[in-house]
Amino acid sequence: MNALGFSIEIAAISVLAGFLGALTGLGGGVVVVPVLCLLFKIDLHYAIGASLVSVIATSSGAAAMYVRDGLSNIRIGMFLEIATTLGALLGAYLVARVSTGAIGIVFGIVLLYSALASLHGSPAAPETPHPDSLAERLQFKGSYPVNGRQVDYAAERIPLGFGIMFLAGTLSGLLGIGSGAVKVLAMDQAMKLPFKVSTTTSNFMIGVTAAASAGVYLSRGYVLPGLAMPVMLGVLAGSLAGSRVLVHAQVRTLRWVFAVVILALGAEMIFSGVTGRL
Amino acid sequence: MAAGDQRLEMAMGRMLQIGVTIAAFVVLAGGVLSLVHAPHTLPDYQHFHGAPPTRMHVDSIMTAAFYRNGGAVIEFGILLLIATPICRVLFGLVGFALMRDRLYTAVSAVVFAILLFSFFSHR
Repeated sequence: MNALGFSIEIAAISVLAGFLGALTGLGGGVVVVPVLCLLFKIDLHYAIGASLVSVIATSSGAAAMYVRDGLSNIRIGMFLEIATTLGALLGAYLVARVSTGAIGIVFGIVLLYSALASLHGSPAAPETPHPDSLAERLQFKGSYPVNGRQVDYAAERIPLGFGIMFLAGTLSGLLGIGSGAVKVLAMDQAMKLPFKVSTTTSNFMIGVTAAASAGVYLSRGYVLPGLAMPVMLGVLAGSLAGSRVLVHAQVRTLRWVFAVVILALGAEMIFSGVTGRL
Repeated sequence: MAAGDQRLEMAMGRMLQIGVTIAAFVVLAGGVLSLVHAPHTLPDYQHFHGAPPTRMHVDSIMTAAFYRNGGAVIEFGILLLIATPICRVLFGLVGFALMRDRLYTAVSAVVFAILLFSFFSHR
């Protein structure tokens, strides 16, 4: 195959991955890496390198949405970025130390978890916030609009959330993904923040988290321009289109279909990892 | 949320949008350039080759020069892209400092330091 045909094919599949990632709320990286590895037989290191670049693009590209909504909390985001960037450094460091098969297995597990988490939808936010002294001191609180009126919220169990964020950063650096599902878990389940605040703040954090591992990726040669170019442009275009559709369409059935696809990709990644085919 | 926070958030969002738009166009330009000049040379992506080579390997010197050109433009675009969220942290640092919020100025500084460490520690 020549470079032109290859670039077009990769770009097309990346548009699809970005579209799917936006619709399910999982992000494009989690879809594009297994597709590159399993379908195109691309080396896992190059796949995660290209994916990480696309993750930064998607996170920054979606900025338009949270600026308009004003739902993300920049203080909570900035503070938790200490955990995610440190985790990302560890994750990027581990890529060179852990076998490709093991990375594939971890990737598969994250895919399985993400697929299941994407089906849960948005749980109801707690009505009255219970801020502890740490939340007061760190100003982990705010308000967001619900049906036209402002509702106050505050964080609980910040150390637990911080710990899960470190894990999210490690997975991001190890797998070249945004790991939005784990970031949302930390804020929405552990810290009891409203789901919408969690998802937008998570998106806000993804770019910075990925930038922390990008430095390591570049110096190790995981980012190849010829591959990163179609992946980045494709995923960015796909996810922008996907988030537009998401606003207008009822996607409950689509979510189920995609969740099944992602479950299958996860199982295949684990299988390939165990049998040493990656 | 305080009005200062909202303004800072807006400024950050705008900056991210502008950064990613410029980066995407630079990467696209580099892609077009490299594909126009070397549409038939497909590097081996199936095996990992380790750290980046200092020079590109392509058949003739002419195509090598052109290919390196396009690839270099893509790499420049990727660097712009990575710089965008780092600038966002810098925005936060300045913004919180202007709001005289010592805690969050320090928090932003720590995140910025970690990012700098990731770029300059592995050379």
